[in-house]
Amino acid sequence: MSVDKDTVRRIAKLARLAVPEENLAPMADALNGIFNWVEMLGEVNVEGVPAMTSVIAQKLKWRPDAVTDGGNADALMANAPEHEGTFFVVPKVVE
Amino acid sequence: MSTAFTLAKARDALKARKISSKELTQSFIAAVEQGRPLNAFVTETPEKALAMAAASDARLAKGEGGALEGLPLAIKDLFCTKGVRTTAGSRILGNFVPPYESTVTQNLWNAGAVMLGKTNMDEFAMGSSNETSAHGPVFNPWRAKNSNANLVPGGSSGGSSCAVAADLCLAATGTDTGGSIRQPAAVTGTVGLKPTYGRCSRWGIVAFASSLDQAGPMTKTVRDAAILLGSMASVDAKDSTSMDVPVPDYEKLLEGGIKGLKVGIPKEYRMDGAPPEIAALWDKGADWLKAQGAEIVEVSLPHTKYALPTYYIVAPAECSSNLARYDGVRFGHRAKSARDITDLYEKSRAEGFGAEVQRRILIGTYVLSAGYYDAYYARAQKLRTLIARDFTEAYRKCDVLLTPATPGPAFAVGDKSDDPVAMYLNDVFTVTVNLAGLPGLAVPAGLTETGLPLGLQLIGKAFDEATVLRAGLAIEQAAGFAHKPANWWRAA
Repeated sequence: MSVDKDTVRRIAKLARLAVPEENLAPMADALNGIFNWVEMLGEVNVEGVPAMTSVIAQKLKWRPDAVTDGGNADALMANAPEHEGTFFVVPKVVE
Repeated sequence: MSTAFTLAKARDALKARKISSKELTQSFIAAVEQGRPLNAFVTETPEKALAMAAASDARLAKGEGGALEGLPLAIKDLFCTKGVRTTAGSRILGNFVPPYESTVTQNLWNAGAVMLGKTNMDEFAMGSSNETSAHGPVFNPWRAKNSNANLVPGGSSGGSSCAVAADLCLAATGTDTGGSIRQPAAVTGTVGLKPTYGRCSRWGIVAFASSLDQAGPMTKTVRDAAILLGSMASVDAKDSTSMDVPVPDYEKLLEGGIKGLKVGIPKEYRMDGAPPEIAALWDKGADWLKAQGAEIVEVSLPHTKYALPTYYIVAPAECSSNLARYDGVRFGHRAKSARDITDLYEKSRAEGFGAEVQRRILIGTYVLSAGYYDAYYARAQKLRTLIARDFTEAYRKCDVLLTPATPGPAFAVGDKSDDPVAMYLNDVFTVTVNLAGLPGLAVPAGLTETGLPLGLQLIGKAFDEATVLRAGLAIEQAAGFAHKPANWWRAA
């Protein structure tokens, strides 16, 4: 499997990452270098092997569905690049 | 006052009131300042350190105090520290000041530790040389004989390994996703322990690959690693993957020796093309353990060679998902002059993330995308099962495994930064341990002919850090590694 410029453009869009046109080809080369190397996984027979879901055998814990934290709007806004009161400001989304 | 203390010695001197935390902390603050040419710290917190030291001295004066009372530590910049900038080595978090404290660091402060500052690291812990940091590379305190070339301190916890090796702190925290504690420890002549997945809470640690990330101690001695782990480890309601397993007195469990311990030597770790020094040191390590009463057994981990490629599917997949949160809206870097919301996301992320992080986000997005998921991600998760099973099988025959820690000593800054796969190969001996969730310890064991440190790795059963540490102590005592780097940076 080989990654080309169009593939990089498509996955960059999915990843919400602006990749300038001139970087598409070098990025495709870099990714191909890595994908060619991981191709070796294809030689292993994984028939009937379960995919790992948890590396340590454990049941996911349960806890009461209760409010344990909150009321920290100011602390949450403190790192906002742009805000008005307790609202995050973003470019216009709805016309 | 010298800063060439181990954590245990400083603790005992403080408890005996031979020194004060204030004196000790002042010495370390001075060492951190003098160590600036190494670029180990991205944020220094001297005032906070002195305030914490004063509080510790007050507690010690009353005969009170926790396990780490008054002891100055360095914290990897991946741990969120309340009110202290936390960047994860990235431009995208360049100005991020967490309104909360990570559980691991809170545990340390509860035990009385003093924070000297935040250490440099590869961006989002993605790297093996600390060269991907937005704050620039860290220089290894060690240099080869008759050379002034700057070497890397390993990565991603390169600032921490450097700070420990150069006596800029008593000990440091690190995190390890594929080798990021053990590899930097090995190439700086220090001790690094990656605990079992779930031993330390991940809450408040900036996430990279959540099924692999684990925090651990980086120290000057095995005893210090035992002490520090005892305070870092806890079960935590805020991290559902932290395990409710009692935290034993790891320091106490160092006693008792290794008579009768079965030490496995995985034959697949003898790699073609590895430097002969690595194999020789490994053999020596096995002899040291044997001489102390251990039994050496050969074991097989047949899927070893698939571990790194498996990792480079699983880790980027989780990274692409975890790093989706950096959108320039709620926190972190935000691009100026965005046309619309999508443009804002795309530009903020392109400006904020460095080249290696972008590469891994794209790999992860690709392997999770429609049509490729089964071929890559699902297959990698099956390989991960096989790799973990290899260890389960090996532990039928032995209690602990002995391997090299790295395929070579520290390399020069710039040497491998153009070839991602060559860089990834630094983690060839460490990455299997993360995939299987096991504890691994790097211990300094010798020097190369060129005078650079090399380490050995001990790998244990899940939640059996005590055995790993005890075997590590046996290596440490036999190796008698007392070398220190020449102090060239103070003159710089």
